Amino acid sequence: MSGAEAIAPATEEEVAAAVAAAAAAGEPLAIEGNATKRAMLRPVQAARRLTLAGLTGITLYRPQELVIAARAGTPLPEIEAALAEKGQHLIAEPPDFRGLFGAEAPATLGGTVAANLSGPRRIASGAMRDHVIGIRAVNGRGEVFRSGGRVLKNVTGLDLCKLLTGAHGTLGVLTEITLKVLPAPEASGSLAVRVPDLAAGVRALCAGLGSPYGVSGAALLPEGVPEHGLAGPVALLRIEDFADSVAYRLGRLRGELAPHGAATPLEEAASRALWRAVRDAVPLGAAPEEAVWRVSVRPTAGPDVAAALRAAFGARLLLDWGGGLVWAAGPATAEAHEAVVRAAREAGGSFLLFRAPEPLRAAVAVMPEEPPPLAAIARRVKAVMDPAGVLNPGRMRAGF
Amino acid sequence: MVRLPEPKTEILARREEIVAALRRLVPGGPLGEGVISEPLRLRPYETDGLTAYRQPPLAVVLPSSTEEVAAVLRYCHENGIRVVPRGAGTSLSGGALPLADAVVLGLMRLNRILEVDYANRLAVVEAGVTNLGITREVEGEGFFYAPDPSSQLACMIGGNVGMNSGGAHCLKYGVTANNLLGVKLVTIEGEVVEIGGGHLDPAGYDWLGLITGSEGQLGVVTEVTVRILRAAEGARAMLAAFRSNEVAGAAVDAIIGSGIIPVALEFMDRPAIHACEAFAQAGYPLDAEAMLIIEVEGSEEEQDRLLGRIREICARFDPISLRVAQTAEESLAIWKGRKGAFGAVGRISPDYLCMDGTIPTGELPHVLRRIGEMSRDYGLQVANIFHAGDGNLHPLIMFDANDPESVRRAEAFGADILTLCVEVGGCLTGEHGVGVEKRDLMRAQFTEAELRQQRALKSAFDPQWLLNPAKVFPLEDAPVPARAA
Repeated sequence: MSGAEAIAPATEEEVAAAVAAAAAAGEPLAIEGNATKRAMLRPVQAARRLTLAGLTGITLYRPQELVIAARAGTPLPEIEAALAEKGQHLIAEPPDFRGLFGAEAPATLGGTVAANLSGPRRIASGAMRDHVIGIRAVNGRGEVFRSGGRVLKNVTGLDLCKLLTGAHGTLGVLTEITLKVLPAPEASGSLAVRVPDLAAGVRALCAGLGSPYGVSGAALLPEGVPEHGLAGPVALLRIEDFADSVAYRLGRLRGELAPHGAATPLEEAASRALWRAVRDAVPLGAAPEEAVWRVSVRPTAGPDVAAALRAAFGARLLLDWGGGLVWAAGPATAEAHEAVVRAAREAGGSFLLFRAPEPLRAAVAVMPEEPPPLAAIARRVKAVMDPAGVLNPGRMRAGF
Repeated sequence: MVRLPEPKTEILARREEIVAALRRLVPGGPLGEGVISEPLRLRPYETDGLTAYRQPPLAVVLPSSTEEVAAVLRYCHENGIRVVPRGAGTSLSGGALPLADAVVLGLMRLNRILEVDYANRLAVVEAGVTNLGITREVEGEGFFYAPDPSSQLACMIGGNVGMNSGGAHCLKYGVTANNLLGVKLVTIEGEVVEIGGGHLDPAGYDWLGLITGSEGQLGVVTEVTVRILRAAEGARAMLAAFRSNEVAGAAVDAIIGSGIIPVALEFMDRPAIHACEAFAQAGYPLDAEAMLIIEVEGSEEEQDRLLGRIREICARFDPISLRVAQTAEESLAIWKGRKGAFGAVGRISPDYLCMDGTIPTGELPHVLRRIGEMSRDYGLQVANIFHAGDGNLHPLIMFDANDPESVRRAEAFGADILTLCVEVGGCLTGEHGVGVEKRDLMRAQFTEAELRQQRALKSAFDPQWLLNPAKVFPLEDAPVPARAA
């Protein structure tokens, strides 16, 4: 597919024309930004690529209204830099998976929203999908449509912002996205709690998240962080706020976590570096030939999932979102994948084969099947949005 | 009266047979009969929070379980009977207005709290549990459910999901959609599906996000998994009054620009200040043109620091008065007038329409000036309450429901305000929903192609358009089949 012919529109009208032509010809398109996530999910069977990399630029930024809008191909770092200039940031803390995916170019806004990728702050402040307040997109007929707008509260009509966020380009091609943003906190700091095992670690994270101190990151590193002198397993809890509040809250939190293990405060630079690493799944240390999975469960079920995957294929692990997001790396085999599917099902959660060599991605279901009534609705929704089936066919599931 | 679709005569003719069938499916229990069909007892169901419109339904059915809901929907689907889901009936947009040939599906007997999981910070509740009922259940442990619509004492979580309800504190905590983990949904065919659960961001399409705020168009929610949050150590409010709407708006910008996000940032214009003061004697400054109520959270020292910073910022805008609460009681006193705003307006006018548009916050002075001009043109008073942090504007239009001309002018005034909201870059509804009230204004916000696509998505869930018809979409539009969109 990477060798497939590319269409590189420079405007939304050109995107619409390209999709309309593809629909008329019945020729599927692989929808891409900077193609950083090509090794994610199922391989798309398409003769041609439609790249949004040419649709760039911030189209609206009103710091005092907490709103920014940009074209889908805008590199994420460009948006982050514009926000930082006004002391603001992206609330969901989207990761930079260049390392994980072996990509060189940075992710685009469109790709990040289409994949609904959120970082550690998701547990406290919501996912990417919670902050997409407006979209412009092109459906599979080549029609431009909008949903939402540029205001923070909007319940007018069906919420297609949420439907397209996380739909991986299978229901529409995002051309422009409006996000809610917030002031970046003045300061941040963390506590590292040495815990005897993963279950104890998640108990510490739950205690922190259930405290009144506004914990904004809660992760568990089974092997510790040797480069920071932290032996594992270690529970990490973060507070972000005004400097005086961070100092006060970390002090109170340390007292509250005392029964769970000895807590070491991390100074701000180390804390920031560590959370960036957690955000980007660096501590997982996934080798290029390995597969990477994400399992989402109730946080207290995280340790059981982790134990099952360790027992099944010696998974290397990283837990975020209070223990509810289990990252696992291991051999790219159908057996390992089946162990992930089973562990997620037994815990009542969801899974995603996040990254794998193509043969595995092509051979297995990369996410849970839907119950039959929802699967039927999904087929009808896909037929409404993309009747000719030309948008990223097969990316999520066979036919989607 | 709003226009409703022609009742299906064949359904009206089968009324007795339908009622008997529903009685077999929902026999009722200790809380009473499962089906109401006597005209007098249907009266309480003929309207909702938008009392200007009334229409008795064919019958009301009150199931006590998801299985009974599924049985009713399956029967209605097989027989082509329209269904209007209803929680507490507090919708301000007519979202639960019945139709003459429709069965009202009341969910108030699904009122059990099924699970509270403090470690994972979630609760599983049935659709008929009240919004405040969730917080009451968990506040003993220091937790709360964040969205707080004004009707939170009465309104039910199922309705909150349907309307994606907000409240005064959503600047910090988000609206309903941001506080849900899952729902149990019954499709019009009577199939029960679990969407989401106790975990975050399941892989696949975001059905939860699509269903939230869909106003009962896609299915009937019978159970909801909500996030519960640990409450902050404390909260306190301050009041700041200014000489003009422009200056108050500039003060709001300066507060947000300083990096402080208060948990609430409420704006009242002069008529709202006067109405609330006359009603609640909260000590509001009557010489002010605009007033802000600003609330912050944290420990006592943190509250002091934040309120001190906000006070300094406000002081730069030549305020008429600045009052920082020193205690929780003083805080309550500041909120007293605002929380009684609807009652206050109700006291000075026989009736009022509560509008609900959203605007870019920078447009506030312009929009208030235009609303003032319209108020003079229509000869109707209006008071404005505004969630200033997120741009959600609530003009309260005062009129007399016994005077048809007054009703007509109030409706036209309201429509003009909402059209203005769209013109300045905002939207028709921030938190009340489209319902019947704003359905015919949808063309002001969406193109024909956009509406056609949304209608086709409804058809993907509800091919015969039996679920809550005559709401959300302009009435004259025929259903768009999912296949032929």
